[in-house]
Amino acid sequence: MDIFIQQIINGLVLGSIYALVALGYTMVYGIMGLINFAHGEVVMIGAMVALFVIKALPGLPAIVLVPLALVCAAIVCMTIGFAIERIAYRPLRRAPKLAPLITAIGVSIILQNLAMLIWGRNYHAFPPILPSGEHDVFGATITSLQIVIIVVAGLMMGGLTLLIRRTRLGRAMRATSENPPIAQLMGVNINQIISATFVIGSALAAVAGLMVSANYSIAHYYMGFMLGLKAFTAAVLGGIGNLAGAMLGGLLLGVIESLGAGYIGDLTGGFLGSHYQDIFAFFVLIGVLIFRPSGLIGERVAERA
Amino acid sequence: MLEVTKLSVAYGGIQAVRNVSFRVEQGEMVALIGANGAGKTSTLKALARLLTAASGSVRYCGQEISALEPHRLVSQGIALVPEGRGVFPRMSIVENLLMGAYSRFDKPAIVADTEHVFSLFPRLKERAQQLAGTLSGGEQQMLAIGRALMSRPKLLLLDEPSMGLAPLMVQRIFEVIRKVADEGMTVLLVEQNAKLALEVSQRGYVMESGEITLTDEAEKLLANPKVRAAYLGE
Ligand SMILES: Nc1ncnc2c1ncn2[C@@H]1O[C@H](COP(=O)(O)OP(=O)(O)OP(=O)(O)O)[C@@H](O)[C@H]1O
Ligand SMILES: [Mg+2]
Repeated sequence: MDIFIQQIINGLVLGSIYALVALGYTMVYGIMGLINFAHGEVVMIGAMVALFVIKALPGLPAIVLVPLALVCAAIVCMTIGFAIERIAYRPLRRAPKLAPLITAIGVSIILQNLAMLIWGRNYHAFPPILPSGEHDVFGATITSLQIVIIVVAGLMMGGLTLLIRRTRLGRAMRATSENPPIAQLMGVNINQIISATFVIGSALAAVAGLMVSANYSIAHYYMGFMLGLKAFTAAVLGGIGNLAGAMLGGLLLGVIESLGAGYIGDLTGGFLGSHYQDIFAFFVLIGVLIFRPSGLIGERVAERA
Repeated sequence: MLEVTKLSVAYGGIQAVRNVSFRVEQGEMVALIGANGAGKTSTLKALARLLTAASGSVRYCGQEISALEPHRLVSQGIALVPEGRGVFPRMSIVENLLMGAYSRFDKPAIVADTEHVFSLFPRLKERAQQLAGTLSGGEQQMLAIGRALMSRPKLLLLDEPSMGLAPLMVQRIFEVIRKVADEGMTVLLVEQNAKLALEVSQRGYVMESGEITLTDEAEKLLANPKVRAAYLGE
């Protein structure tokens, strides 16, 4: 088996998930200059809701059950995303930047604890209802699930790009991100646009949550923290506030992490094993912040920060 | 059409506009002139609800609008071309124009109005798909005016459309402003360039340190020795 190609494939799968989550960070940042650190918890809640819907309805075929679980997860996540903005961030719209940041951490903790109360502290195994086929590519293996993850993530990203580029709502979102008072003059209700941004980002988070729990066959009330941090890293890597940047950053981070995990043993002479794969994300984050704080294709961090 | 009574605007403790009253009748073009920092922009911003007046009343078509939510103004028929143009730099010219028509849903008419704006400003048509940020200052001013027209306003508020532009460009833009006014648009024109503004307007108000100190027909203001001395460089 070709380790290099295998790790690239695994990296792209992981990276697609990071990209979906990173889009949520970057859209909110682009519109209101805020880093919604509670976003990772929304992903976790998406994973939990999807997993428990699937568990609750055994016997249904996967082709019905998975979309149903996804819709339930999306509805719950969108509601939570909407509520987070209304309750936690809107009252702080004119406050100094530190206030919403601290609030975001508070919201994270609340959501984590709520999830723990509802679903307990245990790891939950993802029911084995997903297709388990394997396919050969260039001497490596890709599972049917991995193909589904990449394709669905690709469709979501394509759809979002069309929404932002081509629709009235997308234009209003871009106008708001460029100049809120002028957007208002045009008749844009800024509050609605901000709500829409949170709701769309949360829908993507729900999809990512289902994907990540299916990919690792596990869900846990604490899973949103690390995932959120990595997706945030991906958004910064691509250039926060920039949609294409979040997608590129997500894929890149996934691949870097996978390759790192594949070769870390060789690189350190066996001193560190693949369970150290998380350190790569943080090397990337520190590296980007030092050498290219505006990210790979970002331009606006300096003017906002 | 527009009746402003005892409007005051303050930034923190600083009163930028003090008890200003003026009116604009249907179909009129009215100039509001004054030196740097006189409070013209602050007055317009209060009208357009970009900031909230400290006190005073703004009646538009018989309705009090000084507490209206800012995004509701455009559907009432009020459009502002802000100081410094305020185009969306990372959106194309067409997209900027579509933002101007954001409050409208009559798609065929929006397409027709885009063509109308292009006929007023052929320069914009040539660059239709270009990002607004790549345009020259004059072209951006054209775009800002075109974008305002896209909402089919009844009252057009213009804040220093001549600012920072070459004389030839100013001339071209004022030709369009005059044309739009001749077609029946009500216009409130804010300008530091008093001569230019008074030449195209019917009436004028002179603003000094936050207060309106003089008002008359435009021709009479142009002939007024005080105005000539203070604003026409004589
Ligand atoms: N955001 C602000 N904060 C504090 N003071 C302000 C602000 N904007 C304007 N001012 C002050 O209010 C006064 C009026 O300014 P305003 O911009 O309304 O004048 P103006 O007549 O439009 O001037 P100009 O011809 O230079 O555009 C000035 O003294 C200015 O310094
Ligand atoms: Mg001004």
